[in-house]
Amino acid sequence: MDSSHLNAKPTNVTYTPVKERCPMMKKYVEKDMGGCSLSGIMNEDGSRISSDNIVRSIAVLHERGNGLGGGFAAYGIYPEYREYYALHLMFNNERSKELTEAFVETNFLVELVERIPTRNVNSIIDPPILWRYFVRPKDKLPDAEEDDLVAQSVMKINSSIDGAFVMSSGKNMGVFKATGFPEDVAKFYKLEEYEAYTWIAHGRFPTNTPGWCGGAHPFSLLDWSVAHNGEISSYGTNKRYLEMFGYVCTLMTDTEVMTYLFDLLVRRHHLPIEITSLALASPLWYDIDRMPPERRALCKAIRAVYGSTLVNGPFAIILGYRQGMVGLNDRIKLRPLVAARKKNTLYLASEESGIREICKCPDEVWFPKAGEPVIGRLREPVRC
Amino acid sequence: MKKIYVKEEVCIGCHLCEIYCAVQHSKSKNIIKAFKFESPRPIPKIIVAEKGYISFALQCRHCEDAPCVEACLTGAMRKENGRIVCHTEKCVGCWTCIMVCPYGVVERDIANGRKVVSKCDFCPDLDVPVCVAYCPNEALILAEE
Amino acid sequence: MLSLIQPEFIVERDREKCIQCKACVRQCAFEVHKYEPEDDEIVSDNSKCVGCQRCVSLCPTQALTVRENPLKFKENAYWTPPVLRNIYKQAESGGVLLTGMGNDRPYPIYWDHILLNASQVTNPPIDPLREPMELRTYLGRKPDALEIHLSKGSPKLKTELAPQLKLDMPILFSAMSYGAISFNTSLALARAAEIMGTYYNTGEGGLHPDLYKYSKNTIVQVASGRFGVDIDYLNVAAAIEIKIGQGAKPGIGGHLPGEKVTEPISLTRMIPDGTDALSPAPHHDIYSIEDLRQLIHALKEATEYTKPVCVKIAAVHNSAAVASGMVRAGADMIALDGFRGGTGAAPTVIRDNVGIPIELALAAVDNRLRKEGIRNQASIIVGGGIRSSSDVIKAIALGADAIYIGTAALVAMGCHMCQKCYTGKCNWGIATQDPYLEKRLNPKIATRRLVHLLNAWALEIEEMMGGMGINSIESLRGNRLQLRGVGLTDTELEILGILPAGI
Repeated sequence: MDSSHLNAKPTNVTYTPVKERCPMMKKYVEKDMGGCSLSGIMNEDGSRISSDNIVRSIAVLHERGNGLGGGFAAYGIYPEYREYYALHLMFNNERSKELTEAFVETNFLVELVERIPTRNVNSIIDPPILWRYFVRPKDKLPDAEEDDLVAQSVMKINSSIDGAFVMSSGKNMGVFKATGFPEDVAKFYKLEEYEAYTWIAHGRFPTNTPGWCGGAHPFSLLDWSVAHNGEISSYGTNKRYLEMFGYVCTLMTDTEVMTYLFDLLVRRHHLPIEITSLALASPLWYDIDRMPPERRALCKAIRAVYGSTLVNGPFAIILGYRQGMVGLNDRIKLRPLVAARKKNTLYLASEESGIREICKCPDEVWFPKAGEPVIGRLREPVRC
Repeated sequence: MKKIYVKEEVCIGCHLCEIYCAVQHSKSKNIIKAFKFESPRPIPKIIVAEKGYISFALQCRHCEDAPCVEACLTGAMRKENGRIVCHTEKCVGCWTCIMVCPYGVVERDIANGRKVVSKCDFCPDLDVPVCVAYCPNEALILAEE
Repeated sequence: MLSLIQPEFIVERDREKCIQCKACVRQCAFEVHKYEPEDDEIVSDNSKCVGCQRCVSLCPTQALTVRENPLKFKENAYWTPPVLRNIYKQAESGGVLLTGMGNDRPYPIYWDHILLNASQVTNPPIDPLREPMELRTYLGRKPDALEIHLSKGSPKLKTELAPQLKLDMPILFSAMSYGAISFNTSLALARAAEIMGTYYNTGEGGLHPDLYKYSKNTIVQVASGRFGVDIDYLNVAAAIEIKIGQGAKPGIGGHLPGEKVTEPISLTRMIPDGTDALSPAPHHDIYSIEDLRQLIHALKEATEYTKPVCVKIAAVHNSAAVASGMVRAGADMIALDGFRGGTGAAPTVIRDNVGIPIELALAAVDNRLRKEGIRNQASIIVGGGIRSSSDVIKAIALGADAIYIGTAALVAMGCHMCQKCYTGKCNWGIATQDPYLEKRLNPKIATRRLVHLLNAWALEIEEMMGGMGINSIESLRGNRLQLRGVGLTDTELEILGILPAGI
C-alpha cells in the first residue's frame, strides 16, 4: 500500500510536503480551514438506531463539503466489548501495522483483533489498511490512570510511528472516516450494520491541506469525538497551552485542540461540561461585569485561569462523549448550527434541512445562541 | 463673564505671550513684519513678572469696580460690555490711571512722539485672546469668573 | 587647556526671521544662546548644544535649525567620530562616561523583522468598530486548574485566586524613579494610569506623599538601594516589584547624580541632600535564588498576602533559567527589561554593550516556562524599547502578558532623546529637579498626551487583532503562528519560535 492516497494530486506530479523539505519545519502544522457540514443525532433514552438517519441527514448537506473527507462517530456500537478500549487504526503499509501492533502488545492485553469490515466504493480510491483492536491495560489500574495510559499511547502512536494513525480509542464507540463524501464513507464502512445511541457525521471542505484520511473529522481521543466547522485563530495559543500538559498536536489540523481541551478540562480537571463551554466560548467582559456577584466571580476566574483555552475564530462543533452530545458555537456565532428535539431525541446540524430530512415535525427547533452549549445527556449513565 | 487666569506653577517665563500680544495689536498682524519693519515696534499689553524661578503673566483684570475708570480725567477709560476699554483718541497722557491701577498692568505708549496709555483689550475681534491661545504650556486659561 | 571635543550640533539662525524675542535664550538650560544688547542680536555657542530641539520648537518664527555637525574627520568606518569623541572625553576628564536613555547602537531590531497575519475568506476578520474587542488582562499567579462543584445544579467556585492586577489594556508605565524624573512627570504618569485603568511604577525613588492618592494604580519598587521603602510604602501600593536588574545597565545599580538630589528627593528617598544616590549592584541580601525567595515571602508576609509581587530582571544570556527559578521562588509576575531600555543615568559602555534584545529573551523565557509546565504560575511583563502598537502585538504573540513602556511615554510627553538626563538640565521639564525647568512639564498637558497615546495604541491593537480574527487578547498570547519572520536566520527563527514568511 503506497502513500499516494495522501495527496489529492495526480500521480505524475511529485509533491514533497513542506515538512520533509525543511528539516526545521518538523514541528510545523499546516492549518486546516474548513467550510463543512455537521450533523448529530442522540437518543437520550439510550435506544440504539441504525445509521440510516444520520447518512440521509448528512447527504442532504452534500454541497457544504467537497468530497475530500467524510466521517462518522458512533456510540454504543460494541455492547459485547463494552469493557474494552476499541482502537480503530489506519495504516499506510504493513510495516507501520507491525510496529503499531508490537507497541500495543507491550502495554495492553488484546482481546480481539480484526479487520474493519469495508466494501469497495468507486469514489474511495486507495483506502488505507483498517483494523480494530479491543484492548485493556495489562495491569488493572484505577479508571483515571487507565484513561491516561490509553491517551498517552494514542499520542505516541500518532506522533512517532510513521504511517500509523489512531482514528478512535474509546470504549463501546468508534470513528469511521476516509477521503470521500460522507455518504460514500458510510457505504464503504458498511455502517448499516451498526447500531448506536449517538451518531455524529461530518463532511469536509478543506481549503488548505490536501485531504487525507487522518485529516477527516470527527477527531477522537478516548470517548471524545469532535466534528468541527470553522477555523481556530487562537490555535497557536491553545496548542502551546495543551503542550504544557503533555498533549502532542500532530494531526495537521487545528480541530484536535478542541478534542484535547475537552479531555483536559472535563476528564483531568473534573470541570462540568457547562463550565468547560464557558472556558472555550467565554462571555464578554461587558456581560460579565453585569452578572450577579457569584456568577461574575466565577466567570472572571474562568477567563483569568483558562484564558489560553478560549477558542477564537469561527466555529460550530458537535462533540460526542460517552454520556451524550454537545453542540457549541463560538462567542460571536460566525458558523451555523441548528438544534431540535423530538421526544427523547436531540438533533444538531449545520442547516435545518439536515434535521427536517429525518424528522419532519420536531417538537421544537431553535438556533443556539453564541457561546451557549446545547447538551444532550443519557437518562441513565451507560454501564461500562 | 469670561476672564483670563494665570497658573503660575506652569508658567515657563518664555515671554511668548508678550510677543503674540504685540503682533495682534500691530498694523500688519504678521510677526516678522511687525517686529522688523513696523515703526514704532508694537508693544505688548501683557506683562510677565519674574523673580527667581517664579514667573507669571499679568494683564488688565477688567475689574468690576475699576479705579482707572474713576481716575480718568477725560473719560477715555470706560467700562463697555463688562470690559474696560481705553479710547486713546481721548487720552491726554496724564498717567493717573497708571498710578491708581493696583495691578500695575497699564503701560505708557510713548514711542515716536505719542503720549497715550496701552493696556489689554481682551482681543475684541477674537473668540480666544492670543495670549491664552499661544501660551506653549497652557499657563493662561480662559474661564468663567 | 585646549579641548579636542568638537560640537555635536550646529545651531543655524535665519537672521531674516529672528525677531530677537529671546525665547531661545531663556529656554536653553545649557546656555547656548546669548543676547548681545549693543548689536541687538542673539549669538549661539555650538559647543554647548545637546540637540534637544527646545529652542527650535519654541521659536515663534521658526528661525532656528539645529542639525548634526557633519563628519569632519577623515572617513573611517572603524574609528568613527563617536568613538573618537568618547576617547577625547575620557582623556580630558579621566572619568566614566555617562549617558541617558536607551542603547542607540545599530544592533538588529527583531520587531522590524516580524510580520503579522490577517484572516481572509476562510475566517472572517473582525471589525473592531462594530464588534466587541477585549483587551482586559489580569496579571498575577494563576492555579493550574480551577475546582468547581455543582451544588443544587448551580456551579460554585471552590478555588481562591491569588491577588491579581486588573488592566483595561495590556500596557503599563515602566519604572522611572522620582529623582530621575520630575515630580510633575510622575504625577502625569499616575493620573494617566488612573484614567486608562492601568498602572505606573514608582521606580526606585520612593513614593512622594502627594502621589499616595493614586495608590490604586501604583506599583512600588523595592530596588537594591531600598530607597523610600517602609511599611506604608508597601501597603499603599497595588503591587510590589523587586528590581534585580534593568535593561539599560544589567549588573549594576541605579545612579542619581548629586545635582538631582534636591530637598524633596532627599526626603522621599531618605538620603542626604546633594549626595549621589548610587544603588548597590546586587541586593546585599540576595546573593542567590533562595535569598530571593526569602525576600518575596517577607514582602508578602508584610503585606498580608494581599498584593502580587513582581520581580524585574534585565534580559541577559541566561534569562530563561533565572526566570524559571524566580517563578519557583514565588514571584507572581516577571518583568523582563531588554537592552534598549531607558535610564536616567548609566555608564555609556554598559548601556551600549551589556544585555540582549527583549524579543529573544521573551521567546526564550516563554518557551522555558511552558516546557517546565509552569507558565501559568507567573505573568510575564516585557519592556525595553517598545515603540509602537505593532511592537506590543508582536510581544504578546511571542508570549508576553503585558508591556511596560518607558521611553515611549516620555517621548509622548515631549522628550527629544538628547540623552543628557544625567545633567539634570532637561529643557522639557522631564528629567530635572530644577524648579525653573520642572514647570515646563504641565501635568495637565502631559496626562492628556499620555492618555491620547494609550488610546491610539489600544485602537490600533484592536484593529490588528480584528484583522487576525481574534476578539480577545488571551487568544493572542503566545500565539506564535500569527507571526512570520523576514530576513532572519534559521537559528533566529528557531529561537523566536516563528516560521519564515511564505510558509
